[in-house]
Amino acid sequence: MMFTILQKVAYSGLLLLAVIVLNFFLLHAAPGDVADTIAQSMGGADAETMERIRADYGLDLPLWQQLLEYVTGVLHGDLGYSFFFNVPVTELLLERLPATLLLVITAQLLALTVGVLLGVISARRPNGLASHFVTLLALFGYSAPVFWTGIMLLIVFSLMVPIFPVAGMSDATLTGGWWAHAVDVAHHLVLPAITLASIFLALYSRLCRASMLEVLGSDYIRTAKAKGLSEGQVVVKHALKNALSPVVTLAGLQFSAVVSGAVLVETVFSWPGLGTLALQSIIARDTPTILGILFFSSLVVVVVNLITDMVLRLIDPRIRTGVA
Amino acid sequence: MPPDPILEVKGLRVELSTRSGTVPVLDDLSFSIDAGETLAFVGESGCGKSMTALAVMGLVPHPIGRIASGSIRLAGEDLTRVPEKRMRAVRGNDVSMIFQEPMTALNPVYTAGEQIAESLRRHQDMGRRAAWEHAIEMLAAVGIPDPRGRASAYPHQMSGGQRQRVMIAMALACRPKVLIADEPTTALDVTVQAQIFELLKDLRRETGTALILITHDMGVVAEMAERMIVMYAGRKVEDGMVTDVIAEPKHPYTRGLISCVPHLAEVLTEERPDLTEVPGVVPPLTQFGRDMCLFSSRCPLADDKCWEERPPERRFGAGHVAACWHAEEVS
Repeated sequence: MMFTILQKVAYSGLLLLAVIVLNFFLLHAAPGDVADTIAQSMGGADAETMERIRADYGLDLPLWQQLLEYVTGVLHGDLGYSFFFNVPVTELLLERLPATLLLVITAQLLALTVGVLLGVISARRPNGLASHFVTLLALFGYSAPVFWTGIMLLIVFSLMVPIFPVAGMSDATLTGGWWAHAVDVAHHLVLPAITLASIFLALYSRLCRASMLEVLGSDYIRTAKAKGLSEGQVVVKHALKNALSPVVTLAGLQFSAVVSGAVLVETVFSWPGLGTLALQSIIARDTPTILGILFFSSLVVVVVNLITDMVLRLIDPRIRTGVA
Repeated sequence: MPPDPILEVKGLRVELSTRSGTVPVLDDLSFSIDAGETLAFVGESGCGKSMTALAVMGLVPHPIGRIASGSIRLAGEDLTRVPEKRMRAVRGNDVSMIFQEPMTALNPVYTAGEQIAESLRRHQDMGRRAAWEHAIEMLAAVGIPDPRGRASAYPHQMSGGQRQRVMIAMALACRPKVLIADEPTTALDVTVQAQIFELLKDLRRETGTALILITHDMGVVAEMAERMIVMYAGRKVEDGMVTDVIAEPKHPYTRGLISCVPHLAEVLTEERPDLTEVPGVVPPLTQFGRDMCLFSSRCPLADDKCWEERPPERRFGAGHVAACWHAEEVS
């Protein structure tokens, strides 16, 4: 058990290392280097100055040595310098990461809980009214583009019925303690989180419904009924725990999609996270920042996959103990 | 006066709605069983054996099926008329059931001990610890080695025979008045089959539980049961003491079933008579409920009357009943 977990962690480490190496070569392949950028900001430089700058930044070293330095740099938390924002990339990212993590995790948890709930409700009466409603809702959530959903929610709940703020993550004019601040952030979070959750909610509710229907028809559910358990106990204790595995697996796989969905949602709601940063740095051709974001999002996805694996182990003993 | 039977079913009719209308999958079924008795239900697939079990358990698949008429009295209480809440208290407690497929009948995500203890907590007002200890005792009672260790094992860590033992422990945990075993050994290999039947016999002797054994294996019937009921197309065609029925079947279907088994009817001799089979198949559901003998299409004795009128149940000696127009010509 402990061994397999360590094994997974080691694999994840290797995967991240591969991402770092890939990053380096992308950075290298991009036209222009740091010297060009600096020269440009100085308003031009002669070849000698360029050579000196290159030597200063170690760009005259052989490729493998540069790679080694880049990798050690990243491992020490140094992702390079953003000339566009004029701060080290790591600093920039760490400042933006919490906002994105907050949005992405809230949206994912919202999509999972509501999705599973709707799935269970519609599976209990597969031909009932509630079931048809869930199907319709899922179809709508899945087919509507996130930016459209976001703008519609903004129009309805910020303009027509102004319950929620239009943009941003917090009210700059707000005074008060951390609690007031937390409530304020939560208030700002509602619409973006719902928008981002909508598409995944559709996915999870459909999968949960299908999975529950299959489980509810199985022999051990009949056994549970024959024990005299109530319908609630049968559905929640005996069926749901079995039906959850595919949903959790999908949620883990979809997490990277949630992160990329966040780019759109953050842009619509001016959410100060990695998504808006990504957009800005792409427009500014700020390669170190883009690669930093790539590294951080792969880190997040890898960590989430590890967590997914642990959760699956908790749910299903057949994974935990090895299938007989 | 003999004591009242523990379970008494009278005129039970269970209907299923199919695309071609409502059909009776159990048609006017009556039987009773005394405490400690073993009653076997035999017949081909689809003749209503399992549906009888589900009806007694109050688990007729809803909303496709329903109990249309008749009564199921357990110790005097009519289970067809009690509310679902009361039925849940009966299920798993007074009546419990062992299913055909031990490989899939246990929940894969809970330990064997937990699945037994759950029943005890539900019905016997036991706390977590007491229920767990009792579950271990039950595992010991059904002959699982190292019961304390095995209680924490998951179904996938057990063999088919062990899983069926766990099922039996679960079904017997609350000391039910009636235990229904629906082909409990079909999925197991022969040596394990024999062990499971030995176990059921022992437990029945110890607990006084009435056992309803559903099977299509006449050998098992002869081995296990005192009385047997032969079902065909949702109807009871013969009912009697096993020895009487096997010695002198009064329904051609029963005779057909018996002559499918090599050693039942004949004494073992050098000369081995050919095994026979019952030709044809069970009529389609759409024909169930017609006013005729549903076995006519496969019966060597069938005449016009059989095709036109449903034969009534007739008595032949003590407790031996058969529904056939030509019962006298059978043996």
